[in-house]
Amino acid sequence: MLMQAVGVHEVEELMTLATGDEKHAASATSTLDVLYVLYEHVLRVDPANPGWEERDRFILSKGHGPVAYYAVLARKGFFPREELARFMQHDSILGAHPDRAQVPGIEASTGSLGHGLPIAVGVAYALLAKGLTEQRVIVLTGDAELNEGSNWEAILHAGAAGLANLALVAIDNRSSSIRIDPIREKLAAFGWDAVEVDGRDHDELRAAFERRSAGPTAVVAVVP
Amino acid sequence: MRDAACEAIVDVFRDDERTALVLADISLDRLEPAFRHDPRRVVNVGIMEQTAVGVAAGFALEGYRPIVHTLAPFLVERPLEQLKLGFGYHRQEGLFVSAGASYDYSEYGMTHHSPGDVAALATIPGLEAIVPGTAREAADAVRRSHGDGRATYLRTSVSENSAERELAPGGLTKVRTGAALTVIAVGPMLDRTLAALEGIDASVLYATTVLPLDAATLAAEAAPAAEVLVVESFAEGTLAAQVSAALSHRPIRLASHGVPREVFSRYGTIEEHDRAHDLDARGIRRRALAFLAA
Repeated sequence: MLMQAVGVHEVEELMTLATGDEKHAASATSTLDVLYVLYEHVLRVDPANPGWEERDRFILSKGHGPVAYYAVLARKGFFPREELARFMQHDSILGAHPDRAQVPGIEASTGSLGHGLPIAVGVAYALLAKGLTEQRVIVLTGDAELNEGSNWEAILHAGAAGLANLALVAIDNRSSSIRIDPIREKLAAFGWDAVEVDGRDHDELRAAFERRSAGPTAVVAVVP
Repeated sequence: MRDAACEAIVDVFRDDERTALVLADISLDRLEPAFRHDPRRVVNVGIMEQTAVGVAAGFALEGYRPIVHTLAPFLVERPLEQLKLGFGYHRQEGLFVSAGASYDYSEYGMTHHSPGDVAALATIPGLEAIVPGTAREAADAVRRSHGDGRATYLRTSVSENSAERELAPGGLTKVRTGAALTVIAVGPMLDRTLAALEGIDASVLYATTVLPLDAATLAAEAAPAAEVLVVESFAEGTLAAQVSAALSHRPIRLASHGVPREVFSRYGTIEEHDRAHDLDARGIRRRALAFLAA
């Protein structure tokens, strides 16, 4: 736990370099521990070779508040940490929403809500078609993002298709303006193997991400 | 034309293991051979077109060449943002083959009409749009666009021209030379436009690739007269900006004649819609003569 805390602290320090998007600070900090656990313990990725075919895929569907994401990627070595200080500048690679064409390690360009999950379904199919059965695609949405109907199309389809190499992590920081809870039960009703965990508890998050099932899995990470 | 396009899709799917096919409960019977050939690369998502295009984008990001097929309003207008982001912003290759052009579903009402599809797609940078005039041209377009690295929209229609044409590489083919008028006839509008122009001294350019319109050929082949008439099988004025830009080096007088930008409340046959909108040969001739006389 001590090593985890040190690592998260490093990410938080790096996040202070990227300023200017304070209105999405809650969106950024709510994802911090989930992203840390994913990149530290769960995802098989290679910062020296971001396009490594046998990597796991991660899509930050909501795109909003990507500072924690950028800080985690920089700490892993996907791009120089100095780039964080140029966040949102005209000639920076780091915009307020991530662009896969510019940022090493980013799988999908996101920011408009409700696009990442359908794309992740396509990636999951593509991995299976390639015979990459051990690899997973993990997609992160916010709780408010789940207002978008396109997510529920994809959730319905993936549940019905039994896409076991697809995992969703929904950050529930109670940001939806309409009632969206209980998210876990809704996902379960669509055929997903879903659990709810404390979104700040690294052990719970790690255990939840390591679960496998006959169909798609979901982790509802509650962040008060 | 739709059948020919689907047969070509199956051919391409069989020939190239990097092809993925994404469907939304439409034309499953026509494309069934693809399911039998390699079900790992075919997904019928159900009736969810936003997800169909999103899934196709996911395949594309993994190096596949996705083909998506459904009816035009549900392939373009409903998932327009998925096309813009998944393929425009992501700069990915994909082929989007529609059925049910403009008012092909003439009895179904406006929910199944899509005259604005190409105009909507023109807002996506780099997207190519092809409007074939015959079944063979549609099949050739499937094969030609596959593997070209671009996002391409292929608009099949019930209406067809009677004869094949040897198409110019840029998709704007000169089929008649005249001096008093330049006419650009889009896809299935060609035959009726040629019939309408009988006795009129007009150059006729046959447009099958409409995004982008071949500006160089238009500039080189336009008639000496200032008058330019565009006969469009989709929303009237869709090509006006491209035509104006291509001929910006000279004075022109431009008229667009296509599907009117109105709410339709009539049913009946395609031919009845054509007559109502002056898009049969007689109507096109009336519009051309009025334009020349104005």
